[in-house]
Amino acid sequence: MARGWVTTVDHKRLGLLYVASGIAFLLIGGIEAAVMRWQLSFAQSDAVSPETFNRLFTMHGTTMVFLVGMPILTGFANYLVPLMIGARDMAFPRLNAFGFWVFLFGGVLLYFSFLGGDGLYGAGTAPDVGWFAYAPLTGKAFSRGHSTDYWVLGILVSGFGTLTTAGNLVATILAMRCPGMSLAKMPLFVWLMLIVSCMILVVVPPLTAAQAMLLLDRYLGAHFFDVGHGGSVVLWQHLFWFFGHPEVYILMLPGFAYASEIIPVFSRKVIFGYPAMVGATVAIGLVSLGVWAHHMFAVGLSQLQNVFFAGSTMAIAVPTGIKIFNWLGTIWGGRLQMRTPMLFCIGFLFQFLVAGLTGVMLAAASFDWQLTDSYFVVAHFHYVLVGSLLFTIFGAIYYWFPKVTGRMLSERLGRWQFWLLVLGFNLTFGAMHVSGLLGMPRRIYTYGADRGWETWNQISSVGVIFQVAAVVIFVWNVVRSLRRGEVAGDDPWNAWTLEWSTSSPPPPYNFERLPTVRSRRPLWDLKHPEDPDWRFE
Amino acid sequence: MKQAAWLLLALVPAATAAADAGLGSPAVFAPASTPAYVIRDLALLVIAVCAVILFSVGGLLAWSVIRFRARPGDAAREPAQIYGSGPIELAWTLVPAIIVVILFLATARSIFDLQKEQAPAGWLQVDVVGHQWWWEFRYPGAGVTTANELHLPVSTATQSQPVFLRLESADVIHSFWVPRLAGKQDAIPGKRNGLWVEALEAGTYVGQCAEFCGTQHAGMRLRVIVHPPGEFERWLDSQRGPAVTDPAVADGRALFERTACINCHRVAGTVANGTVGPDLTHLMSRSTLASGVARNDGETLRRWLRDPNHLKPGVLMPAMQLGERDLDRVVAYLMTLQ
Amino acid sequence: MSGQAAAARRAGMLALLTTEASFFASFIVVYLFYVGKSATGPQPAAVLSPPLVDTACLLASSVTIVQAMRALRSGDRGTFNVLLILTILLGAAFLAGTAAEWRDLIVHHGLTIRTNLFGTTFYALVGFHALHVTVGLALLSVVALLGLCGHIGPANAEPVEMLSWYWHFVDVVWVAVFTVVYGVGT
Repeated sequence: MARGWVTTVDHKRLGLLYVASGIAFLLIGGIEAAVMRWQLSFAQSDAVSPETFNRLFTMHGTTMVFLVGMPILTGFANYLVPLMIGARDMAFPRLNAFGFWVFLFGGVLLYFSFLGGDGLYGAGTAPDVGWFAYAPLTGKAFSRGHSTDYWVLGILVSGFGTLTTAGNLVATILAMRCPGMSLAKMPLFVWLMLIVSCMILVVVPPLTAAQAMLLLDRYLGAHFFDVGHGGSVVLWQHLFWFFGHPEVYILMLPGFAYASEIIPVFSRKVIFGYPAMVGATVAIGLVSLGVWAHHMFAVGLSQLQNVFFAGSTMAIAVPTGIKIFNWLGTIWGGRLQMRTPMLFCIGFLFQFLVAGLTGVMLAAASFDWQLTDSYFVVAHFHYVLVGSLLFTIFGAIYYWFPKVTGRMLSERLGRWQFWLLVLGFNLTFGAMHVSGLLGMPRRIYTYGADRGWETWNQISSVGVIFQVAAVVIFVWNVVRSLRRGEVAGDDPWNAWTLEWSTSSPPPPYNFERLPTVRSRRPLWDLKHPEDPDWRFE
Repeated sequence: MKQAAWLLLALVPAATAAADAGLGSPAVFAPASTPAYVIRDLALLVIAVCAVILFSVGGLLAWSVIRFRARPGDAAREPAQIYGSGPIELAWTLVPAIIVVILFLATARSIFDLQKEQAPAGWLQVDVVGHQWWWEFRYPGAGVTTANELHLPVSTATQSQPVFLRLESADVIHSFWVPRLAGKQDAIPGKRNGLWVEALEAGTYVGQCAEFCGTQHAGMRLRVIVHPPGEFERWLDSQRGPAVTDPAVADGRALFERTACINCHRVAGTVANGTVGPDLTHLMSRSTLASGVARNDGETLRRWLRDPNHLKPGVLMPAMQLGERDLDRVVAYLMTLQ
Repeated sequence: MSGQAAAARRAGMLALLTTEASFFASFIVVYLFYVGKSATGPQPAAVLSPPLVDTACLLASSVTIVQAMRALRSGDRGTFNVLLILTILLGAAFLAGTAAEWRDLIVHHGLTIRTNLFGTTFYALVGFHALHVTVGLALLSVVALLGLCGHIGPANAEPVEMLSWYWHFVDVVWVAVFTVVYGVGT
């Protein structure tokens, strides 16, 4: 049994392994965050040392982006893409397994730093340079020992896993679709995964290159980021954010993908404006390659550069707005079934609206000179990554859990989880907008009582209690439902994409007979022969 | 969501209110300097536009979620399938695009207003150097060097006294941020950045490093003291002279000059000529110690010298391992450095 | 099914080459960024001379591998083996040329990766390219061995062609590197 999971090349099992390890890392990263919230609840607190605090936020950020966001996205893509396009597996099943194990090795390597990072000089254990690891703090002069090397190598190695999976997805989506499924008839989920994969292929290598340069600096005495020899420390920021900003969309587009499957099904309506949804996503993908320096408004770029990046960043609001409006158009005139997956998607829509608008504020470069590196930014990107992405991930888990396990998750527990999370999340991160505007910089392990930040920090910390409760309920719901959940059947939501046409859980070969489709919603066509989609597409 | 929306609206008054108490919060919405006002005005425009969008789109969303809930009885029938609509989609592409253009133009204007690469003629220039984890301020014209507390003249209706801060770093990247005076700007090794302030009210303003710079990033605080008209020049004069020599503490001074203190610190007129740590020539004219981490008085100074790491964990200044008597003598000497 | 597999292979190889292109683009951009910024010598113009012979070898190897593929598809195994080995020899000649150049730079000009920004960016960029040539040579050698043992026939043309794509890519990267390092950079 266990051996089956280790040697498997089945896309469904690998997908589950990805998601499961992502959730495991989510719990670890969450604990790190909770400790930080505890420390910041009181001015001048010394619950943890500054060194520990710096490691905590470094590991928290690195974990959540690279070891939670990425594997959950690849996990869902792995599981669902072949099912949705009517294929028996991914294009390269063994490469797929390789990708997962390499990713996991990278993650374990990063966490091994707690044990092994001490190095020869006894300086530090886990990395403590922040998740974007700005030079020259990462150079040998300021980061002795091996903690930074663990950061570099852990990410570099898991990056190879990500790249192989992205290539695999591109090949699968382009080459393995069932008869009748032209590109224009793919479910939106598949389209978004194609775009995300292409983005990964283009933007991860510059990070790999930057990390290679950093290693050359650290081990061979090269001077890429060495000011003493004329090198530029800002260069690191350009390379990192050329990866780092598209990375945000790489993480968020899968959230859009889940929402684009869930919202139509629970509104009982076809997605509104499918071509515009695809076009807007492509636009987001392309424009996201030209916005990276909005992370760098305070580094002293030229006026024209600042103006350019402010403009390009604001421009992204347009395709993003199109997506929100199209989801709204889907809901409009529908018959909304308020099941848990839909609840999470509605929460996502509101919170993503807030995230998008604070994003516009940050894009206004002059305003950003006040906001960047303050808690306002922390609030903003948690509205993206938690309020939007994590909410859609929970929605997706509630939506596809019946397909994966054959059993339903409890609706009652789901509602509890949702409302507790909405409450806790908005308390924690809503308050951070205020602490930021009150001048609180991010990444400080303590602050003076006279700064007026304590109340807002305490509100943030109280929110954590509700979020923890929500996650506990979620874990309990999964554990309970695996054994005692209501039996789901093949198609519990009366949905329309191909994965619901096979059994729950699907057999290893996915489909007895490979399907043939004529529209984007093949199961709608089956269920409504009098009114099939292909007449209107 | 409601509370998020509420919070967003409540931000402006909340931030302003909190800034009124004492030194209070370094709040973005309590500007006291021209650049901070420019930013605040842009911010209010952007926030107002965003608030309108939040309430219109959010309201529409909330209304549709309630309005289009499935009701008992119609579960069997599917609603009309609408695949899209060209005109509507065009509208919700164009309207946001127009809003974006407006916000972009406002932003571009403020960038051109605020960003200066060099000090315009006639401006006071101060060189700001970020160190792990303290600030060095140099007044090149006056030959004055001080640390952690930046002194500036106020601008009045009759006499405008803008100040250009030239930012650099001695080690890693730092960021100079005093929210009530200006936006932040990074201090970067190997690169010179500029920032300007034109303080409109005398007073003390707090700020701190805003780019993670290592262990004591949180302990890299700073104060800006804006002097009423005329007083800045007096302060500058008082800083220009060499250190006070008080024969009463001659043995303390002799001891100080024999310790390793002098490798890092400078006291003008003595052999202490280090540049790694803050200039101590007029140490006691400063109100805080260890880059704003503690009050600067004899008692704290003594604790600081005995074990800097205790007051500021991770600080680069080592304990000098002085005996209690020697400690008293050195502190007594330092206390005279007005 | 086999049509699908071939299409998937092509897409997969294109994905790989996309990531590689992005990787090299990063190093090329950084190289250009640092051109002329070395604080100390030696400067590129003083010590670099365009390795025309090496370049000709590498470019020629792209031609020979195209001919090899043509021979393979038409079932002419003997010609395929000869042309493939010729490709490997040309690639090896290129690597040898790089090695000689590096030796000259290190021994006679004292230029190492630590010397200045030029050394740093030069060895990183050219080194990563040489690494890719080495990987390509290893893979080509495996195919050549299999070919000599008679295991490669027209039925294997598809996968071998994927390898030839990689080899062409390495060639194209070299054209870019050559232009940047020996042209723009000097």
